[in-house]
Formats: sequence, C-alpha cells, structure tokens
Amino acid sequence: MTDIILSVENLTMRFGGIVAVNDLSFTAERGKISALIGPNGAGKTTVFNCITGFYKPTSGTIRLRHTEQEWQLERLNDFRIAKVAKVARTFQNIRLFPGMTALENLMVAQHNALMRASGYTFLGLFGVPSYRAAEKAAIDLARDWLDRIGLLARADDAAGNLPYGDQRRLEIARAMCTLPALLCLDEPAAGLNARESGELNELLLRIRADYGTSILLIEHDMSVVMEVSDHITVLDYGVKIAEGTPRQIRDDPKVIAAYLGADEDEAIAVMEGET
Amino acid sequence: MDYLAQQLINGLVLGSIYGLIAIGYTMVYGIVGMINFAHGDIFMIGGFIALITFLILVSIGLTAIPLILLLVLLVSMALTALYGWTIERIAYRPLRHSFRLAPMLSAIGMSFVLTNFSQVAQGARVKPVPPIITGGYTLHESADGFAVRISNIQIIVVITTVVLLALFTYLVARTRLGRDMRACEQDQKMASLLGVDVDRTISMTFVIGAALAAVAGMMYLLYYGLVDFFMGFVAGIKAFTAAVLGGIGSLPGAMLGGLLIGLIETLWSAYFSTEYKDVAAFSILIVVLIFMPTGLLGRPEVEKV
Amino acid sequence: MVAAASTSSKPTRGVDAAFIVKKAVISALVALVLFSLMIGVRTEAGSDGQLTYWTRFGDLAAMVATVFVGSIVIELLRHWWGPVETVRVVPPSATKALSFAGRALVPVLLIFTFLVPVIFYNERYILDLGILVLTYVMLGWGLNIVVGLAGLLDLGYVAFYAVGAYSYALLATTFGWSFWMCLPLAGILAAFFGILLGFPVLRLRGDYLAIVTLAFGEIIRLVLLNWQSLTGGPNGVSGIPRPTMFGIPLTPGDDGLAALLGIEFSPTHRIVFLFYLIFGLALITNWATIRLRRLPIGRAWEALREDEVACRALGINTTTTKLTAFAIGAMFGGFAGACFVTRQGFISPESFTFHESALVLAIVVLGGMGSQLGVALAALALIGGFELFRGLEQFRMLVFGMAMVLLMIWRPRGLIGHRAPTVFLERNQAISSDLVKEGAG
Repeated sequence: MTDIILSVENLTMRFGGIVAVNDLSFTAERGKISALIGPNGAGKTTVFNCITGFYKPTSGTIRLRHTEQEWQLERLNDFRIAKVAKVARTFQNIRLFPGMTALENLMVAQHNALMRASGYTFLGLFGVPSYRAAEKAAIDLARDWLDRIGLLARADDAAGNLPYGDQRRLEIARAMCTLPALLCLDEPAAGLNARESGELNELLLRIRADYGTSILLIEHDMSVVMEVSDHITVLDYGVKIAEGTPRQIRDDPKVIAAYLGADEDEAIAVMEGET
Repeated sequence: MDYLAQQLINGLVLGSIYGLIAIGYTMVYGIVGMINFAHGDIFMIGGFIALITFLILVSIGLTAIPLILLLVLLVSMALTALYGWTIERIAYRPLRHSFRLAPMLSAIGMSFVLTNFSQVAQGARVKPVPPIITGGYTLHESADGFAVRISNIQIIVVITTVVLLALFTYLVARTRLGRDMRACEQDQKMASLLGVDVDRTISMTFVIGAALAAVAGMMYLLYYGLVDFFMGFVAGIKAFTAAVLGGIGSLPGAMLGGLLIGLIETLWSAYFSTEYKDVAAFSILIVVLIFMPTGLLGRPEVEKV
Repeated sequence: MVAAASTSSKPTRGVDAAFIVKKAVISALVALVLFSLMIGVRTEAGSDGQLTYWTRFGDLAAMVATVFVGSIVIELLRHWWGPVETVRVVPPSATKALSFAGRALVPVLLIFTFLVPVIFYNERYILDLGILVLTYVMLGWGLNIVVGLAGLLDLGYVAFYAVGAYSYALLATTFGWSFWMCLPLAGILAAFFGILLGFPVLRLRGDYLAIVTLAFGEIIRLVLLNWQSLTGGPNGVSGIPRPTMFGIPLTPGDDGLAALLGIEFSPTHRIVFLFYLIFGLALITNWATIRLRRLPIGRAWEALREDEVACRALGINTTTTKLTAFAIGAMFGGFAGACFVTRQGFISPESFTFHESALVLAIVVLGGMGSQLGVALAALALIGGFELFRGLEQFRMLVFGMAMVLLMIWRPRGLIGHRAPTVFLERNQAISSDLVKEGAG
C-alpha cells in the first residue's frame, strides 16, 4: 500500500465550451517527486491552478492527506489551501515581490506563523519578547534558505534585481518557507540554462531528502523530469495518456507521439529506427 | 403612468448628455489607461465657448436659428478639441510611460487649472441664456390634465446624440483612425512597430473626446439655459460614474451607463427626494460593481496565473 | 507639429534659435486660438438678467505674448539643463551623501517642529499654519498606509476625515464628552467606516476602485449635507467644546490652566497646546506606521501592492489584509478630523469636498509613495506653498493646479522615490523606485 498525499479524482475543467482537463485522475506519493508532463496546451497549468485553488474545477475531487487529516482542496478557497492545507506553489512566470528584498520575500512567506506570534499585530506593535523571538526564528529560517540556494550574499538586494535563475530558486525557497506538505512547481526549469537546471535538480532532490516534502512538478523540459521524478503522469489535450516511472514513460510510444505530434505508428517507427 | 413616462423622457435626455461625456472618459481610458479627471472641465469649457459664440453671433445680427446652432456647434467642437489636444500635450504626454498615479494627479491638477481658469476669465457668477429653442409636442394628455410633453430641445438633444453616436461608431469600426485606436488599445508597442503613429492616435482620441464633450456642453447650455465654472466637476463625476457603470473602455457601455445614471437621477428626484439623487446614483454604482466588478458591459478581467 | 518638434529635441549643443522661435510661434498661435473666446471675450449677466459681453483684446494679447516668451524661456532652460527625459544614474557616493542628509534631516525637522511654538509664540498666523500642516501630515500618513503601502487607490479619503470630525463634533456637543473620550471614538468610528468601504471594494481593481472610493466620499459628504436633523446640514455644527489639558480647561477662569500655574492668561496658550497635541498625535501615527511596516501585517500590505496573486499562493488572507489597511488608514484620518474640529470649533460639509481628497493624495504621491519623511515634506511644501499664494486670491487654485501638473512631470515618483527595506541581514540599502510596484488595486 503506497502512501498517497494527493489524489486527483475525475477532475474536469471547462472554460466555456473548451474542455481543458477531462476526467483526469492521478495521485502523488508522500515524500516523492511526482511530475505532470505533456506538450504545450495539454492542460498542465490548469490542473495546477485547480489544485492550488486559483480555479474552481467544473467537477471532480482533489484530496490531500497529511498529518492524519484530509482536505478536499476544491472546497477550500484561495489562500486557505496554502494556509490550512499547506500546499505551496511557484509560478510559470516568476511572481516574486520585486520591490522587496530577497530576505523580505522569505519573511512574507512566513506571514501566518508571524501573525500568530505577533498576537495579530497587537502584541507585535509593542514589541513583546515572544514576538521578537519568533521574528528572529523567522529570519534564521530565511537565512538558512538563502544559504541553501546560494543567495545569502544577496539577501538585502531587491528580488527584482536578481538574475533570472536566482529568482527561480528564490521563488522555490519562498514557497518552502511556508513549510508546505506539498510543493507544487510550475515549470521550474523554464528559461534556465543547462548549469542552472542542473542546480535546480540538486535543489529539488535535497528538499526531498532533507525535508521529506512531497513535490509535484509540471515540466516541459524532459531532462529535468527524467532525472528527478519518481513518478510521471502524462497529459495530452486534457486527458491522461500514460503514467509510470521515468523509464516506463520514456519507452511509451503514446508519449512520444504526443510530443512529436505524430500518430502512434509513426512514433513506434521513429523509436525502432533509433534503437 | 403619465408621470412616469414624462420622467423617462427627461431621464433619457439627461442620460444622453452624460453619455456623450462618458464616451470621452471611456475612450481615453481604453487607450491610455488613465482617468482623465479634466474631462468634466473640458465639458464645462465647451459650454462656455458655445455660450460666447452664441452671444457674438446674435450680436452681429444673425437671426436664422438653425444656422446659429450649426455655427455654435462647429466652433465649440473645434475650440474645445484644441483644449483637449493641448492638455494631452502639456500634462499627460510627458507622463505617458510613467507610474500610474502621476498622470492621474496631473489630470486632477489640470482640472483645477481649467475650473479656475474659467472662473478667473469669465467670473464666478452663473451665466444664464434666454431659451433659444422653444416649443414642443404634447404626446398624451390624461383625464386629470397632466400632459406628457417632449420639447423641441429634448428632441434635438436625443437626435444629436444618436447621430453623433452613429458617426462615432462608424469612425471606430470602419476608418483607419478607428483601427489605429483599437490597435493602440490592445498593445501600444506592437501598434507602433506595425507603423501606427501612437502619439497622433492618442492625440486624436483626446480631440474626439473633447469634441463630444463640447457637444454635451452645448446641449447642456441649450437644455438648462445656463453655464457656470463649477458645472464640470459634478457632471464629470457623474459621467465618469456612468463610464464605469457601463464598463470602462466599452463605448456602448458608456452610453448605457449614461442613460442609466440619467434615469436613476431623474426617477429618484421624481419619486423620492432631490437631495439624495446623487447618493442614489453612486450607491447603485457601488452595488453594481460588487456583483459585476468590471461594470455592465466591461470585459471580465481574467487573472492569468 | 509641436508634437514632432518636442520629441525630436535632442540634446544638441548650441542653441537652435530657428527651432526655438518656430516652437514659440506655434505655441503662441495655439494659445491665441485657445484664449480667443475665453479671455478675449468676457461675458456677464447684467442687472436685468440679460447677458452682455465686452472684448478684452489687451488681455488676450498679453496672454499670447506670455505664452510666446514662456515657450522660449522653457526651451532655453531645457537646453541648459539637458533633456528632461534622460534618466540620470546617481553614483553610489551621491546616494550615500543623500541618505546621510536624509538621516540628519529627520532629527532637525523634529527639533524645529518642537520649537515652532517657542520661536513663533507671538505669531498666531504661523502657529495656525503649523497646526494645519501637521493635520495634513497626519492625513498624508494615514492615506499613505492605504495608497503607499497596500497599493490601494483611495480617492475618497476625505470621507474618513469627515467621519472623524463629525463624530467628534456630535459626540462632544450632544453628550458633552471630553476631548480625550471623543478622540478615540472618532478614530474607531472612522475605522469602522473604513471597513464599511473596504467590503464592497475588495474585488475591485485599479480604476474601478478609484471611482468607488470617490463615490463613497461623495456619498458621505452628501449625507452630511442633507441629513439636517443630525448634522445641521449646510450650517454645520458649531459651539464645539475646546479640548482640555487632562481636565484642566484652557480658559481665563479661576479653574483654568493659567490661574492654576499662576501666570497671566493668554489665548495663545490654547493654540500652543493644540499645536503640541496634534504634533503628539502625528508622532504617534508615525511611530505606529513605522512599527506596522516591520510587522507581518505591514509586510503583507507591501506584498499585496507588489503581487496579490503571489500573496494568496503564500496563504495570506488578502481580504483581511486589505480591510486592515483601510481601517487603520481611516482611523488616522479620523484622528486628524477630530484635531481639525477642535482647532476650528466649527465644521460644515464644505470642508470635506473632493478637493481635500485630491490634496491629500497629491501629498502622498508627491512625497513618494510609502515614505514617511517624503509625505511630511510634501505636506509642508503643498500646504505652506498654498498659503504663500494667499494674496493671489482667485488665482491661487489656478497656480496650485499648475504646480500639481509641473510637480508630477518633474518627479512622477515623488520626492523620496526609493523604498527602505523593513528587515535586513547585512546592509540596509534602499530599493530603487523602478522596482517597486504601485499596486493594481
């Protein structure tokens, strides 16, 4: 019996007449890196937006289980998914707070914990010691993450001034500062060069090893997916066409066909030609 | 019933005037993305220029009313359009790519300038004109003697609005300028790469908006028989409310919003109280926006994540 | 033509006289057409109600000449200073010097403000002006929370000022409660109205938010104007009791402060007391804002301004965050309103028009959104400047409007455009205004 953290059941999302996601079911295991892949326009980001509460699915259930509780994510609205159910996410086009420093970005991520510590502002206003301690702990956590992503030296620089690759990593660190149970990454390797995407792989593997955080990632770049994922679900035109380990996926003619835009027989022909 | 019909006619006329001003707000918003706070004052300037032209024409001995009206219309449209153009050049163009609040405050400043310019130049007192167009038709007379009337001036206001609206829709939908305007609305940078003269298009937007406001100013003068330096503020706010109610950026929305605001105001004054007519208009705006955050005909904002 | 001319004004060395004259001629022609009817002809309603007019070609010629000369002067100045459009890169050393001057400026300003009643003890006019400036500083700081920090555009801030003022006036005159009881109540009531306004506007963005806040401000003013039985309508509320110094009245009577201290009574005592009272409240506002910025709520406000979607993804409740911004901003506005009333002793709806909202917004934007010092300087400049032109009477608003336009063109991001971080590890360095967002709300 595998330990499932997220199970998406019969998820359907329609926009007007367009069916972006059709009756999709898949699961993600606890403490593993699961990937959702597919060609452009396959509906990956839509699935993500449903899981993280930015869209309300037309039908279907999204269950999240951890710490002996279960949440139905489609019933929670926007910020509660992050706050209560502990699902953190990053965005395809980076959404940092560009006018705030790297450190401040990580402090904002710890908002809910700090809010409680500051007695919902009232105690914090008068600087009670317990709040000061909590703030110091928050800074330490942020410092720790800045160190992990190699940005400690740039902690006091505006996030908008950082190079692209650093911004990507900072966004992941920011998501991790919410102490999530499930980390959802939307194309984390997009726009990265080979060295940077290598560093990204390492970061993801370290997050899994050090924190045991379950990761769900959408990726277009097959090399990242194949190297780090434990389990892959392939989506095309809003429908699941395959799932399995990276090895299984690599050899699946349906997947190749979807990516090449060819039909299955041609794909098999291509594969056989290669081998 | 007859009373209601009469109020509907009055509301329609008032709404037409608001609608004409609202189009100016909506056009500028659609293309430059700013609230042109000075637009209400452009309307006021239009009213003043119409008044002065009228006085001069009458004093030089012109008597043919239709000719006078036509000349007044042309002069006030042309001069007010030049005001619109100048304001854009002086106060908005230097801030085109700046931070969003700067052009807005510049516009508020410009509105103060125009209001006080008129006050200084023409005095603070209300300027009345004798009724220029008189007469009308009785549409229906009920047993108790209450007559539903539509005056000639009301007919003129509505017809002018409809004609201008038709012309304007044609301009936006069919002409080169209209296409340039729509292109700038979508993406200024791309439009300029494709050979659209963005500066000129934006200037023309202000010119057209100001010309329509001038017509509204002249209609106001004819209908109410007075102008004063402060009338731009209230009318401007109402028209802006109308533009937002209809969905800012949408031309039919501006007209619809104008009519609605006109009707709400008239009906509220007729059935409840005159004092709270503006409160009613603003409250309805707020209620509509709670349920339709982008107005009645505005494009819903899709949040891209 | 003018458009083409100005955009092509390259920083060429050497004065291009032909170009400047051509531009001036075009400007003068435009001015001639613009002013032909508005200045060249003056209308007035005669005693019999008939409209008459007379011509003023002399004035018209003078105006056109002014524009001609003005245009030449502006072109020469522009040539002198270099093109306005270029972004000057400030070297780090200059930034450092500036930040040092900035740090020194704050204590100097504080000490000077503290000494104003001492220096200008006999100048009633300056004391009154000082109180007025401090009231606007408070209003500016209050609105700064909403607009500068949370990035929510509020064009109806005057509503909270009005609510604070009227709550204070009505509570004090109806129940005879003391200043120190009414002041917090005025703040709380204003905060309540802030939340009331907050609810409908939560989902609105940008200019929809702007019009709703503007409408809200107008609704409040119209209700104050028309609810005669409660507010006295256009006549307002008068006979509002003066504040007491913790129960000791500042009156010439036997129980007054002067009698208790054994000094001679002077009406200036009350003005000085009011000055320090408002100064104290302003300092509290400032202290609270600085603290709030460094608390999670303040960071959430700024994060909201930067990116609302990202805030939601981090589990921040954007609804309560926006509502607290509105409520706290409104509360400070309410305090300022109460102060205004105690100074005036009388209020009417006339003091709470859209002009006030625009003025306070101008203070915040000119100050540099989010900067406490900038807001204080802008309030001093705008209110003080406005007073300087008192002699101009009806030209005053004209000059004020022009100044607003010019200031915006000169400094679109305000006097102090950069942002100071709320927390730092090693270096407390300012963030350039180019990166700081202004909020979509």
